[in-house]
Amino acid sequence: MTTITTTTSPKKKLSPRKRAQRIRIVQYIVLALIVVLAIVTVDGQAIQQVFFRPDLVVQTISPALGRAFLNTIIYTAGAFVFGLVLGTILALMRLSQVGPYRWLATIYVEFFRGLPAIIVFLAFSLLGTALKGFQFPFDPYGTVWTALGMVSAAYISETIRAGIQAVPKGQIEAARSLGMPPGMSMQRIVLPQAFRIITPPLTNELVLMTKDSSLVYVIGLTTSAYELTKFGRDMANSNANITPLVVAGFCYLIITLPLSYVVRRMEARQRKATR
Amino acid sequence: MTQQIPTGDREDEIQIYDLHKSFGDLEVLKGITTTIHRGEVVCIIGPSGSGKSTLLRCVNMLEEPTKGRVFIMNEEITDPDADIDRLRMMAGMVFQQFNLFPHLTALQNCTIALIRVKKLDRAEAQRIAQENLEKVGLRDRGHSYPAQLSGGQQQRVAIARALSMDPEMMLFDEPTSALDPELVGDVLSVMRDLAREGMTMMVVTHEMAFAREVADRVIFMDGGVVVEEGPPDEVIGNPKEERTRSFLARVLDPTRVHAGDEDSAYAERHRSDNPELARQQAGTVGLNPQSTGIGRIG
Repeated sequence: MTTITTTTSPKKKLSPRKRAQRIRIVQYIVLALIVVLAIVTVDGQAIQQVFFRPDLVVQTISPALGRAFLNTIIYTAGAFVFGLVLGTILALMRLSQVGPYRWLATIYVEFFRGLPAIIVFLAFSLLGTALKGFQFPFDPYGTVWTALGMVSAAYISETIRAGIQAVPKGQIEAARSLGMPPGMSMQRIVLPQAFRIITPPLTNELVLMTKDSSLVYVIGLTTSAYELTKFGRDMANSNANITPLVVAGFCYLIITLPLSYVVRRMEARQRKATR
Repeated sequence: MTQQIPTGDREDEIQIYDLHKSFGDLEVLKGITTTIHRGEVVCIIGPSGSGKSTLLRCVNMLEEPTKGRVFIMNEEITDPDADIDRLRMMAGMVFQQFNLFPHLTALQNCTIALIRVKKLDRAEAQRIAQENLEKVGLRDRGHSYPAQLSGGQQQRVAIARALSMDPEMMLFDEPTSALDPELVGDVLSVMRDLAREGMTMMVVTHEMAFAREVADRVIFMDGGVVVEEGPPDEVIGNPKEERTRSFLARVLDPTRVHAGDEDSAYAERHRSDNPELARQQAGTVGLNPQSTGIGRIG
């Protein structure tokens, strides 16, 4: 047996709880000071003139804005479907027993993940010139879907691959022991579970794509095909004021905030389900 | 043994010849030969790492043997040209971790292969599935998802799923090892009923009382070989091999300290004239052959 000796510190220290309370009070004081400072120094009138000119806000909210809003959604949704299909194929290729499939998929993923999306879109805009008379179906939608979809497929395929690998090996074994062929086991048993696992990250990808759709203007679009960013920029340029672009920005939030909320809900539900 | 391969005898449901399996440098099975007959219940026991699960998984080719041949209903499943999917349907498999499909209800777990593989129409598949769910005592749980069921219920759904394919034989890979102790009884009683109905069964298990009561033959494996096999009363009740004896001593009485006189003391207990005492020793607490009827489900 060893004897336990307790040393009492000579200096009287605050208890941990008291200390935490003091630190919290200091934080509130600092925050209050910053707010007061901001109110005193910033010229609210000037800010409004630069970012939120009321007459321009009213002028921006128009059928044309609605059209741009709709275009953004159509571009994103179509590209997402394209990316999902191509991404699934790429994921299965990366998990294939056939070496060349794996290499091809890896090259594709690394290539498109490594390039700035805007360069891919610029290259796409010149495809019509390079390949004489070549045109995507449903132009300009087809062009945008393909360009945006091909870039996102690289990211989506990695997500799907992770999802497939997250499904326990026993699931395939159970399916195979019931006489299901490999393809059917993948389609009926593994993929449904994989997609359930990756719905939150896939929805995040959808949020990213909504924002990336602002880059497709470099492909060269007609007025009726404008999406939010191009529309806002055009209008901002002609009025020499950024207000229309700010309005367009808020439109993105109308799309992305509910999506982010849905992702959080799904993640919470998944945590509960897996226990 | 200069036996004809396969025997061609319809009574020989599983035939295993000189089965070897290696994982890398590790040889897990070092030549297993055995035949399992129609209606026979064979329990495979042995220490962990002895290769008993691997042997079972080689029977329906979830593991590919390194060497040797396996026949199911006199058809070689190890043949490269074999229709593995069709042969697997004849051998229902129950896993330690249940491996139910979590995205499907209990009923759908049972119907999916009937509909997709056997191409039955939905109504017929559901009738068969419901029949088998009732058989394992889960008449009303068809619409529950696996996550809503207890471990014991999940394992019984897994048994119903395998039975729905109308297999010739059932393979059980430590079916109760992942269960809470109070849920083991329900699963064992379903298996006991199956055995009584004459189902051919190959069971890897640590439930000595169950093996002793239900098995027609017990195979004791250690180090990738069959050390001893025979009727349960001989292999478990009166083991001849030293390795079998020390394994059983550890399993049946884990509290016993390993001592020099261990084997003689063990043998003495098992040579006891009192059959009741011997049976109690062979069973875990409260689960000797007489009392295993409790926990039966209707």
